[in-house]
Amino acid sequence: MSDAITFTIDGKTVRGKPGQTIMEAADEAGIYIPRLCYLSHLAAHGSCRVCTVQVNGRPQTACTQPIAEGMTVENDTEALRQVRRDIVEMLFVEGNHYCMFCEASGNCELQALAYRLGITAPKYPYMFPSRDVDASHPDIFIDRNRCVLCGRCVSASRDLDGKTVFEFVGRGPDKRIAVNAEARLSDTELDITDQAVEVCPVGAILKKRVGYTVPIGQRKFDHTPIGSDIEARAAQAEEN
Amino acid sequence: MSTKQTLKRVVIDPVTRVEGHGKVSLLLDDKNVVRQARMHIVEFRGFERFILGRPYWEVPVTVQRLCGICPVSHHLAAAKAMDLIVGADTLPPTAEKMRRLMHYGQMLQSHALHFFHLVSPDLLFGFDADPAIRNVIGVARKFPDLAVQGVMLRKYGQEIIKATAGKKIHGTGAIPGGINKNLSVAERDAFLKDVDRMMDWSRGALKVAKDYTVEHLETLAPFGSFDSNHLSLIREDGAMDLYHGNLRAINAGGDTIFDQVDYQDYTDYIAEEVRPWSYMKFPFIKSLGPENGWYRVGPLARVNTCDFIDTPEAEAARQEFMALTGNKPNNITMAYHWARMIELLHSMEKIVALLNDPDLQGTDLVAKGDRREEAVGLIEAPRGTLFHHYKVNADDQVVMCNLIVSTTNNNEPMNRAVAGVARDYLSGNEVTEPLLNHIEVAIRAYDPCLSCATHAMGRMPLVVELFGADGALLDRRVKE
Repeated sequence: MSDAITFTIDGKTVRGKPGQTIMEAADEAGIYIPRLCYLSHLAAHGSCRVCTVQVNGRPQTACTQPIAEGMTVENDTEALRQVRRDIVEMLFVEGNHYCMFCEASGNCELQALAYRLGITAPKYPYMFPSRDVDASHPDIFIDRNRCVLCGRCVSASRDLDGKTVFEFVGRGPDKRIAVNAEARLSDTELDITDQAVEVCPVGAILKKRVGYTVPIGQRKFDHTPIGSDIEARAAQAEEN
Repeated sequence: MSTKQTLKRVVIDPVTRVEGHGKVSLLLDDKNVVRQARMHIVEFRGFERFILGRPYWEVPVTVQRLCGICPVSHHLAAAKAMDLIVGADTLPPTAEKMRRLMHYGQMLQSHALHFFHLVSPDLLFGFDADPAIRNVIGVARKFPDLAVQGVMLRKYGQEIIKATAGKKIHGTGAIPGGINKNLSVAERDAFLKDVDRMMDWSRGALKVAKDYTVEHLETLAPFGSFDSNHLSLIREDGAMDLYHGNLRAINAGGDTIFDQVDYQDYTDYIAEEVRPWSYMKFPFIKSLGPENGWYRVGPLARVNTCDFIDTPEAEAARQEFMALTGNKPNNITMAYHWARMIELLHSMEKIVALLNDPDLQGTDLVAKGDRREEAVGLIEAPRGTLFHHYKVNADDQVVMCNLIVSTTNNNEPMNRAVAGVARDYLSGNEVTEPLLNHIEVAIRAYDPCLSCATHAMGRMPLVVELFGADGALLDRRVKE
């Protein structure tokens, strides 16, 4: 195609379309770039920095950087893997993440990323922040101990549900997800069928009373690491 | 305290080959006679507090982290309470039977661990044998067949837990109102393949425990023994039931204290006393008061309280066991081991029956009903009756939690056993190796679960300090 943009990721030639980001083109080509805040059907946020790649030698977030002809992208290098490990480790110590009894365990993208990146234990000291829970909604439970401030719920509520239930408040270590009500989640318009409830990558926004109903061995990441679905597209991409 | 001036204190810390850490103080009077034994439980777990505010469906998975040896007990006791919270008064047969299978698998692995790894060194080499030999490695060298049987029986139990709970340790199988999986035909067939061997080994373990007790009865009968009440769950027809039933308590002579009590009302019958020197409470039967109301739980109590066992080989073994004491309750502390192996065989018989039950392949896994705000879940854990009591608010958060764990029920009996043994084996101001060993043997009979740690190697250091009546250190002995 005449309007194809050709560039390389880790030396491999990738063809994308004008207007695509590196992430979108890589996904189509079956190349997995680790990510946390990014979801293909939400506006790219660029906040978690897990998808950091080297573009012509400079660090960029793959989810926000448009592709350009002849661009050289480095993705799966030891230096970048180390950057990603550090970011994920910091997310772990900044919150209260107890995978061993968390109901999101096995389906959690943060946990799955840690496994994929080879993190066995964080090297940074745990911060043990005091975070609150909000159990007021009849169908939905918020556990801020596990929130990684990815912003997916903010975007989904605003752009997909048209409700603006969630928003960030505070700065730095005090930053948190607030709800659009005087005090409690039950005072918002949030509904169990909203996209904002579906997109949480961790166990921070949960549907009530369904935890642990999927047995160990049948959970999302029990048998294949995160990103396997994207990598499975590589063979198909080759054929095209 | 007036006793301060006249008592000496001997400290044994920590106790080896017990799950977790323990410390023993012996309070002596000025004639060097043991007046009182105090078993200190130093770990503070805090689950009753930090579970508050958490959603109720998380509780069965969270509280099992109390222990790494019998987490299934906590998992199931909490799940049983949460069944009632979600209004599931009766579980679908598949759910109840899967949970029972999980529980019998746990009984098998926990009892096998205790008997083969922790107790057998004492029985096979004698209480006074050199600790360098008297451990599980020594057993593996001298009695390799027995050691392998212990490992394989435990593995079998652990595999059953994995097939029912999802993981060998800290699984997620039991959920409020039911279970999250059934047993596949492939899983079932893999277990059925080995049942004959496991039955044989269970029979063999029972024989070792029985023969040892009968042969050494003269020494064992008075060893740390005393009359006590006994408490356990019991099925409605009086059969032993390790998973579910009502409460029965009997006294040392076998008279009923209470029977078929719905455990939802346990606070009407059981209270807990706090003593200033221990984190662990002292439960007692209310009608008898703290002085006389303490009781024993666990294998010995269960075999004593039940009218019969509903599996043939374990029932035959029970009759033999009860005949030893003229069909009156057996109050011999060291008989715990024999009773425990009767339960091991019973659990294996139950596993065989369940594996042949097509209900385990059913697909109706969860029941629901009208929500409740408060519920109690009880189970007979390997170490005895386990109480879980919760209140849950309208937002699904736990607002009250009370746990009486098996070892807590045996708190007073363990202190009595230690005091009795110490009285017989301590003389003068010297803490001897045999004294330490004998105290440990008495404690170990109760298979106490002092925390979540595992020390199967039996290589923990032992520190003994002897204090004079004036508080001065008279003797100190350290075992590496």
